[in-house]
Amino acid sequence: MGLLDVIGPVMIGPSSSHTAGACRLGLLARRMLLADPRRARLVLHGSFAKTARGHGTDKALIAGLLSMFPDDPRIPQAHALAETAGLTVAFASADLGDVHPNSVRIELHGDDAQVSMTGSSLGGGMVRVFQVNGFEIDFSGSSFSLLIEHADRPGVIARVARVIADDDGNIARLHSARRKRGGQAMMSLEIDKHLSHYALDYLANLPYISWVRMLPEVMSGSESSEGEPEGGDR
Amino acid sequence: MKRDGPARDPAGAAGVKPVGGEARNLEDLNLNRLAEIKGAASAAILEEDSGGDKRAREALLAGMRTRLAEMRDSVDRGLQSEQPSRTGMVGWNAKRLWQADDLLNAPLLKRVQAYAMAVNEENARMGRIVAAPTAGSAGTLPGALLGVADHLGLDDEELLGPLVLAAGIGQIIGRSMFIAGSTGGCQAEIGSSAAMAAAAVCELMGGDAKQSVHAAAQTLMNSIGLVCDPVGGYVEVPCVSRNAFFSVHAVASAQLALAGVESPIPPDEVVRAMASVGRLLPPELRETGEGGLADTPTGRRIALEMAD
Repeated sequence: MGLLDVIGPVMIGPSSSHTAGACRLGLLARRMLLADPRRARLVLHGSFAKTARGHGTDKALIAGLLSMFPDDPRIPQAHALAETAGLTVAFASADLGDVHPNSVRIELHGDDAQVSMTGSSLGGGMVRVFQVNGFEIDFSGSSFSLLIEHADRPGVIARVARVIADDDGNIARLHSARRKRGGQAMMSLEIDKHLSHYALDYLANLPYISWVRMLPEVMSGSESSEGEPEGGDR
Repeated sequence: MKRDGPARDPAGAAGVKPVGGEARNLEDLNLNRLAEIKGAASAAILEEDSGGDKRAREALLAGMRTRLAEMRDSVDRGLQSEQPSRTGMVGWNAKRLWQADDLLNAPLLKRVQAYAMAVNEENARMGRIVAAPTAGSAGTLPGALLGVADHLGLDDEELLGPLVLAAGIGQIIGRSMFIAGSTGGCQAEIGSSAAMAAAAVCELMGGDAKQSVHAAAQTLMNSIGLVCDPVGGYVEVPCVSRNAFFSVHAVASAQLALAGVESPIPPDEVVRAMASVGRLLPPELRETGEGGLADTPTGRRIALEMAD
């Protein structure tokens, strides 16, 4: 947690964990979708499920799905804005297992795209995503995050690391997990910079890579964020 | 005094060098070590966080300047507004206090409390605030720090160092526990915010690193056990008035520390005690809205009314 995360974020109230953190989780899901969201199912767990309305968690999650940052003054009007944007949202509550009490599973659909994500709001607006499209991963959104779904075979991580190195990127954190040996796998990497279009295109076109997402950090306010989400699927 | 730095540091707490090539990673800085630094604690935190890099240092100070301006803005809005929160439980108290006669002849007390409540009433209205470290505890730091500064007529530039120190204290506490009511109870939020504010006020008044850290430790020691039991699950009752109370605690702790009063329990042990109490708290008292004030007949009635 950086010093500006401790005193920060600048945010719309009332709760850093239930409002700002929720907004960031929604924003991460929106960026993974890379398309206009049409339909969302939000499954709330623990304290998120019990006190969501009181904290505006519903509004904040929807605001994030509409690409808003936690300091966006339109957050209180998120329900109406979703309707205008053609986004239908359904809420449910469920026990997501042994996870942080402020957790949510987001199932987000666009016209031709869909993504599912489970993440937690850890307090003070800090978040962690630990599942994407059924794969166990781990990233915080506090730096540029690269997500890659790929075939589990020797040399993939080395190749990805090589591309990042050639693009002058520095890997701060890497997590990788596979469904089964030789099956599909996903890795999440936190990188100090936004990779170039060239590097991302190259990665997305490798035969054993099926899904790539480059997500800008979500911890700063809307004014200071740099880079757009990018990626490709096959 | 027992020191508890990482095992790889045989020199213990004595050898912290905030400046120069030997600067330790900020990860290694705990409260006990911070207390050993000569001079102002914020200089060491600033130096270690930026790794001596001038641009990083300027970026951090610029970020703090922005946050300070946002804090001021939220105080100003909160002192003028009477707009009720969504539940109607809070929203006019900061203005009421601010405009009331100061019968106790305690202008500092009144200012600190009014500022703190102003921020948290803004927060309850879904207004724009600076989490410090959380939104529910956002009023304590501006209440104490801006309250004292305005009472004494100090310039905002003088508040940047204390803000950096406040952030550093929060960062160190955050390494031992999640700063969230849902995991550690209210002590994790308001205790942390008040400890940060106490250290900041202490440094603002010329306190050295040891005094500032002990101001933080005294505050934590006297926040241990606070439960998170918001009525209806809303960040309103007791959150708004609690920020007023704990901004005063922060000033009180700074006053004790500046006079040389120290925490007999080493500051890092106090943090660990708070973390362990947080783990012992039942879920009902950790932001679920199922215990304490939330579980009173009136609290339950409000929750039901708002659910409709």
